[in-house]
Amino acid sequence: MDVSGINSKKLITPGIFIVVLALLAALPFYASLYGVVLITSILMYIILTVSWTIFSGTTGYLSLATAAFFGVGIYTSAILAGQIPIVIVVILGGLVSFGVAALVGALTLRLKGVYFAMFTLGLVELIKHSLIWYEIKFTGTRGRFVIVVDNETIFWIMLGIFAVLLITTYIIRNSKYGLALQAIGEQEEAAAHSGVNVTMLKVVTFAISALFMGAAGAIMATRWTYIDPGIAFNINLSFLPVLMAIFGGMTQLFGPFLGATIIAYLEEILLTKFPYYYMLIFGVILSIVILYLPQGISGLVQKFWRRFPGGKSANT
Amino acid sequence: MFVTTLDVLIAGLLLGGLYALIAMGLSLQYGVAKVLNVAHGEFIMLGGLTTWTLYIVFGVNPLIGIVVCGPITLIIGFIIHSTFFRHLRESIPVFGEISLLGIFIAVLPFGLNQPIVASVIIILGIVLDIVLYKTVFKRLSPSTIFNQGAFEGKSMLFSFGLVFIIQNIAFISWGPDYRSYSYMRFPVDIAGALFGANRLVTLGFALAIGLAFYIFLARTRMGKAIRAAASDATTAGLMGVNINMVLAICFGFGAAMAGVAGVLVSMCYPVNAAMGMEYTIIAIIVVALGGMGSILGSFIGGFILGIIGSIVTYFEPGLALVAYYVIFIILLLVRPKGIMGK
Repeated sequence: MDVSGINSKKLITPGIFIVVLALLAALPFYASLYGVVLITSILMYIILTVSWTIFSGTTGYLSLATAAFFGVGIYTSAILAGQIPIVIVVILGGLVSFGVAALVGALTLRLKGVYFAMFTLGLVELIKHSLIWYEIKFTGTRGRFVIVVDNETIFWIMLGIFAVLLITTYIIRNSKYGLALQAIGEQEEAAAHSGVNVTMLKVVTFAISALFMGAAGAIMATRWTYIDPGIAFNINLSFLPVLMAIFGGMTQLFGPFLGATIIAYLEEILLTKFPYYYMLIFGVILSIVILYLPQGISGLVQKFWRRFPGGKSANT
Repeated sequence: MFVTTLDVLIAGLLLGGLYALIAMGLSLQYGVAKVLNVAHGEFIMLGGLTTWTLYIVFGVNPLIGIVVCGPITLIIGFIIHSTFFRHLRESIPVFGEISLLGIFIAVLPFGLNQPIVASVIIILGIVLDIVLYKTVFKRLSPSTIFNQGAFEGKSMLFSFGLVFIIQNIAFISWGPDYRSYSYMRFPVDIAGALFGANRLVTLGFALAIGLAFYIFLARTRMGKAIRAAASDATTAGLMGVNINMVLAICFGFGAAMAGVAGVLVSMCYPVNAAMGMEYTIIAIIVVALGGMGSILGSFIGGFILGIIGSIVTYFEPGLALVAYYVIFIILLLVRPKGIMGK
């Protein structure tokens, strides 16, 4: 076996990531303001999708709580921004989400299949309605204003979250925990019998994925300037990451990236002109992908790739 | 004090009748067809908005709206199940689904006032459907192994797609405004407490439909086939039940119950295109409360949740939905199979 060859191949992927990250980090110096804002929102969707895939993509537990953790981040930011540096606000937003997810996960991750999906869907609405009730009853207002931060800072912080998420995903995928998560997805009882601490692993992974969602929410809140429970806990943000991940395909690391980028860009060009048509197109895309492309685009790419001579060995 | 208690209880029963009807439909779809139909609330919305249009534009009595909306939603539900969900069930494409997708896609050019482009897309869809069916799909054989877990996950995701499609077609046709009309709003006196006549009609219809459906299940041949499919669809199919037909009819009945519930909802509350999800979640909670797949359980669960909602609303108006979720969470943790579950 050619050891040096394997090592160099292993270095290619991180190498590409570092180059892409460096190119992106310098973006505010050569791109227009619109470009920066566009890339920021695409990054937000990538963060939500990839962090959703960390947990749900491997274990098969369909979580629809993305909007809940994102919203928790937003509210943390709405309460704290302006009083302490924004970076700390973002970290706190992530940590609060982490805490909420750990609590919720510990309570509910023994639910199987659709029960878990239903519960997480209910969680978003539970937090939203409790907050609406609380705000009207005790603070007397429905929404809150968030201190504005300039676009470059938002972009760099988002990119920072993205980089940390990438490293985390890479580490999880290539560690024994990644294998254990896949084992849970394949056959949970068999995984438990092989010595995997199933409950612990599920709760921690669920909480880690929520950490990034919360952090992304905390920084996005500063861009929106005004938030209320309806905006912060928008149920669409629970479905979109699922759609993006399925569209991109979850078997490969690049699948969710691809899906999030394409659909987020579609949203950007369609949302302002045709808001309802855009959601309608989403519905049609989701339906078509579930019916005809169960492996997503990356699965399709892989299928074609295998047809080329030598493609099989190059793609391992 | 007695009058107040009675007041709250009756209000709860009136609300509960509506919940029971909605939940029975979902229970039928989930219990028999194994589709956790997240688009259930969208059929309620369709029923409500159609009735509004019929009443305001054409002056049709909302009670006649039930006769219109019930069959329409039944047919829509039947078609959706016998194309898309049958595809997901058997893992092979079914004739007709590409045409339907073509119609969904054609909404976009229609909205942009380009009927020619829209017609071309629809015709293309139908042609593609026929050609593909005759050449490729016909040779595929349905998968014999039915993986329930995988089907439940996929069909739920597919119904999310339906939510987006139906909801946004409604947004395009009716706009985002809240619609309401006044019909049978005169008060009726029950033991000293006053209630709108429309509420009482709602309860009456919910009870009547529940009873009629129960008799249908217990006494007819189709009812027997449905009960057989509910306990084991694959075996029922081997015993000569036309399983695709039965499951599609079940799904259609579920959708029709949602459509009728929508008519009744529109008589009591304002309706708009975004109202569906809230009712879906309530229906899911009631079904979980009553026990997955138990139609009687959903019926009873609906009334229980209605009474709880009414009591909570009496003490703290903003918290009714929150109370439902809390019940849902406690229920899932303590007794996930529900009160009537096996």
